[in-house]
Amino acid sequence: MAIFINETTRIIVQGITGKIGSFHAEDMLKYGSKVVGGVTPGKGGQSHLGLPVFNTVKEAVQATGADASIVFVPPAFAADSIMEAADAGIRYCVSITDGIPTQDMMTVKNFLRRFPVDQRMILTGPNCAGTISPGRSMLGIMPGHIYLPGHVGIVGRSGTLGYEAADQLKRLGIGVSTSVGIGGDPINGSSHRDVLEQFEQDPDTHVVLMIGEIGGPQEVEAGLFAKKYMGKPVVAYIAGLTAPEGRRMGHAGAIISSAGESAAEKVALLKDLGVTICPTPAAMGVTVAQVLARF
Amino acid sequence: MDIHEYQAKELLSGYGVKIAEGGLAYSPEDAVQRAREIGGHIWAVKAQIHSGARGKAGGIKICKTHDEVEAAASHLLGKRLVTHQTGPAGKVCSRLYVEAGTEIAKELYFCFLVDRSSERIVMVGSAQGGMDIEELAVSQPDAIKKIYIEPAVGLQDYQAREMAFALGLDAEILSHAVKTIKGCYNALRALDVSMLEINPLVVTRSGELLALDAKMGFDDNALFRQQKISELRDKTQEDPREMAAADRGLSYVGLDGDIGCMINGAGLAMATMDMIKLAGGEPANFLDVGGGASAERTEKAFRLVLADQNVKAMLVNIFAGINRCDWIAEGVVQAVRKIDMKVPLIVRLSGTNVAEGQRIIAESGLPIITADTLAEAAEKAVQARNAVVAQAAAAQEI
Repeated sequence: MAIFINETTRIIVQGITGKIGSFHAEDMLKYGSKVVGGVTPGKGGQSHLGLPVFNTVKEAVQATGADASIVFVPPAFAADSIMEAADAGIRYCVSITDGIPTQDMMTVKNFLRRFPVDQRMILTGPNCAGTISPGRSMLGIMPGHIYLPGHVGIVGRSGTLGYEAADQLKRLGIGVSTSVGIGGDPINGSSHRDVLEQFEQDPDTHVVLMIGEIGGPQEVEAGLFAKKYMGKPVVAYIAGLTAPEGRRMGHAGAIISSAGESAAEKVALLKDLGVTICPTPAAMGVTVAQVLARF
Repeated sequence: MDIHEYQAKELLSGYGVKIAEGGLAYSPEDAVQRAREIGGHIWAVKAQIHSGARGKAGGIKICKTHDEVEAAASHLLGKRLVTHQTGPAGKVCSRLYVEAGTEIAKELYFCFLVDRSSERIVMVGSAQGGMDIEELAVSQPDAIKKIYIEPAVGLQDYQAREMAFALGLDAEILSHAVKTIKGCYNALRALDVSMLEINPLVVTRSGELLALDAKMGFDDNALFRQQKISELRDKTQEDPREMAAADRGLSYVGLDGDIGCMINGAGLAMATMDMIKLAGGEPANFLDVGGGASAERTEKAFRLVLADQNVKAMLVNIFAGINRCDWIAEGVVQAVRKIDMKVPLIVRLSGTNVAEGQRIIAESGLPIITADTLAEAAEKAVQARNAVVAQAAAAQEI
């Protein structure tokens, strides 16, 4: 099963002929992902990496039966590409692009909400490393070899910190059902909560590791959801213990701007909600192992 | 990106927001000249720094004569002002805004910002202006009115009226209030503003609605399409190290500790800093070198971290995904050979081609301390830092 993507997912790459899009399309193919084509407006009819290139997402979907896409389009045009994917009937979209204006993301979210829930595309990202269901499909830019297939669901904002978690799990022989990067931007396609909802319904996922950080309300909202609606245990780590107030720590969203947004406050709130907290970022693997042993 | 009060006021007045008459001054003579041009008998001389709470820090002087204007300007220009928003280093004032004095009948609070929960723009107002809104939100949450704006249709007149009534404005100035509120919203949408705050928004004795202060922050991701806004950037208000880092495509935030850090990825950087703290140390900086950490970039990052005189040990933590550990290791070895490093260096590599990377470090013959895991890296960094401090203390005793 896994969530969002598996061995049957048919993928198109938006921005496939660009340097970055091309590099990662090749990497995904090598991993075994079913990449079936690409979109670059004006280059329709050409072939790239042995795959057909289309002018529009609609054409790509019609010709290839694609149901997922990954967006490598530059920030000024990325919101448009995401909306094009949604309108073409793509079911799941990952946006890797970093630097999309916040108001553009507001427009994207508003656009997505216009679709009835059963026809609405799920977006994760932007500014993320993508999603991987180890051994099945990779829709992202992560190093696929650090993930073992297994039953831990990972959701996190940061790319490399997610790698760190997967690596700690691998050292303990623990595998991952799906790892989802939701990105470091203030407004993103799916929240921690949205992804927890998916993991709760996935029989392959037995425990969820949520990797959060300072800034914004999403981790606590996810904790509230977990307490109310989840049977599966949730383990969390919140990065940014040393982050001062009002300073942006790399991610556009990683800034403490109001009460409840610091790492210490989030940890306290999550503990109250029954979430198991990793005492240190070096203990993500062992904390998950302890929780798995109990269930 | 932030801009100055006078710049924000100039922008907003173009959108129909009323402001008091004023002018910019770079010298005490300028300031007196501006006061003459404005006329009247009372002026406010306001330090232009990127921070709120300037009044409490002595950055705003009310003057009743031209001599007082000159004295206030002499006092403020070149002065380093410390507010609770600037941090202990404060910010140097190099521009003044001289403004006609206003007779205030009522002070209000008003702002627009992007709300992350609802993914909408929210308009916030309170009849109790001048106060710290964060304090008010805690002590009297009912005194704050919040109105969410549907992005597809934008701010509606009825919402502006609702806010005007919540602010306790009289019916006589209702249409002017609606115009002011909508003007702010239009500026926000047109200019990719992420935060717009007018504190205080005042009703004058003559019944006018005036923006007495104005603060605007812009979405850095949108500056590519806001050329005019980008030109308003005042680099003197920003941390020079952070500016230098940004010019090199690195993300750097200076902190108060003494263990320098170079890490790839913002989340891993924060986690590594947490680990340092948990091991008993304090990080000197946040530094995300990003995905493509080439040898050249690595050297620049090293120079940036080591430019901080407080640094007593440096920790490199790279989880190579797109990168390869052997490339990173070569970059580190090159950087160390080029730069005369006076502090211990701890390197932890993980991910793609890790064995090859570790071999390069080991065979370099350089005194680099290596670590396999995140915990080990942080512990070794703190130990190395403590050894440096102990050595310095011993040397002083002798």
